[in-house]
Amino acid sequence: MLEINNINVHFGVIHALKDVSLTVNEGEIVTLLGANGAGKTTTLRTASGLKKPTDGNILLNGKDITQTSAQERVKMGISHVPEGRRVFPAMTVLENLELGAYLRRDRAEINKDLKMVYDRFPILYDRKKQSAGTLSGGEQQMLAIGRALMSRPKILFLDEPSMGLAPLLVQEIFSIIKDINETGTTILLVEQNASMALQIAHRAYVLETGSIVLSGTGSELMQSEDIRKAYLGG
Amino acid sequence: MEQLIQQIINGISLGSIYALIALGYTMVYGIIKLINFAHGDIYMLGAYIGYFCMTTLKLGFLPSLIAAMLICTLIGMAVEKIAYKPLRNATRIAVLITAIGVSLFIEYGTMFFVGAGVRTYPEITGLLAKRFQFGSMVVSMQQIMIVATTIVLMTILQIIVRKTRIGKAMRAVSLDKDAAQLMGINVNTTISFTFALGSALAGAAGILVGVYYNSINPLMGVMPGLKAFVAAVLGGIGIIPGAMIGGYLIGIVEVFVSGYGSSMYREAVVFAILILILIVKPAGILGKNIREKV
Ligand SMILES: Nc1ncnc2c1ncn2[C@@H]1O[C@H](COP(=O)(O)OP(=O)(O)OP(=O)(O)O)[C@@H](O)[C@H]1O
Ligand SMILES: [Mg+2]
Repeated sequence: MLEINNINVHFGVIHALKDVSLTVNEGEIVTLLGANGAGKTTTLRTASGLKKPTDGNILLNGKDITQTSAQERVKMGISHVPEGRRVFPAMTVLENLELGAYLRRDRAEINKDLKMVYDRFPILYDRKKQSAGTLSGGEQQMLAIGRALMSRPKILFLDEPSMGLAPLLVQEIFSIIKDINETGTTILLVEQNASMALQIAHRAYVLETGSIVLSGTGSELMQSEDIRKAYLGG
Repeated sequence: MEQLIQQIINGISLGSIYALIALGYTMVYGIIKLINFAHGDIYMLGAYIGYFCMTTLKLGFLPSLIAAMLICTLIGMAVEKIAYKPLRNATRIAVLITAIGVSLFIEYGTMFFVGAGVRTYPEITGLLAKRFQFGSMVVSMQQIMIVATTIVLMTILQIIVRKTRIGKAMRAVSLDKDAAQLMGINVNTTISFTFALGSALAGAAGILVGVYYNSINPLMGVMPGLKAFVAAVLGGIGIIPGAMIGGYLIGIVEVFVSGYGSSMYREAVVFAILILILIVKPAGILGKNIREKV
């Protein structure tokens, strides 16, 4: 479904991604692991069109989207929950969710999806008139995911959805991600919480200072000596 | 007492003008963090367009108002596209200097075409010339018209910003450009629309001032532009209701200083207010002094 081929990304003189290639097949959860500054966020931002690669290409369902704008990519079925949630703080929960459906005109279907999001995250229904900036971190994460679902994505990018959340909430977020995947959405998940991510992922890649150094199925990587040392605490 | 009320009425009329201009400053600042120094000149162009509609074309006030707003909208969008859009990733100081350049270009470009001299709006007759006397107080039909036009325009603006799709996109882009793009919002179109709205309001202010004070000239936008900027900062720059409150406050203060003190000091007082806000509450009346969570 998503194919990233040998992309290089630079920020001025910083060479943030070096010949990164990865594939996400339809229906999969693929996780991208790596330490701070490895280039995980940059990979997602490049795939969603917020950052242009210096070279290499990106294919979505076989179509080259390397030069396609971010908003066109949303139309094509990519939805990105950015690092740090990035909800619109001064807007209400409902307005945030409606913005998720910005490119859609099918009012009746939008309302159906709104109901679907509220069913998945009942707390958002209770808070729908409240401004998003007043939500707790966990609630904001739910809102960010709910908002991303409102575009009816074919593929969902999640950038560290468990960051800064209490352990119980982390569990909940991961089970929600698994559930979203089971209802038909392909997922590319960036995580620092490697053990949790590997449990739900079909396949995984490991980034180290801008290069992919390892890849395999979730269970393969869980067995891997290097991974255990580096990310799973022995 | 009657004199006090009279001053307030005059202040509200003048404040309406500042509020209309301040809205454009604040919306543009909100969305691209640019103090658009050319904004006062769009207001001046609105006054000239209104003048030509009412004299050369012999149009009435309402069609002239609409023409001034429409043409200013187009000019505002063109300025954005030609001067600011290529600098989207430039430093803020580079854009600011460009804005000053655009301002001078419009001022002296206008002078080239219409001359540097003062022009006089046509004598108002009929309904618009009516005055209402209450004791020693006078309310002119023009004042009523200024305030009414401003209220209508502000209401329309609020509806656009709060309720419409493009208005929500404007607010989203103001809050977080990257996140807005991830929603599928076209940031460039939204910025252009913001300039369009602000310029339409400035154009309206221009023709209202022409009708109210009669005389216009190519540099007339400089002072009101600066004062409207002060109004926007006073209310909290980037905050739409703040610009309205700030505009009315500056208008009233200015009229009071002229009425009870000396009109020589009115500019000094307005800029003293700016310095005072920057010291006491830099975020403005409606602004929050706290930083956003990162
Ligand atoms: N806007 C930017 N300007 C300059 N350098 C940047 C920018 N964004 C990222 N970088 C650099 O690119 C590299 C990769 O950063 P990136 O944010 O992708 O890492 P990450 O794997 O997501 O890290 P984290 O786990 O901390 O979120 C880092 O060296 C970072 O400093
Ligand atoms: Mg990151």
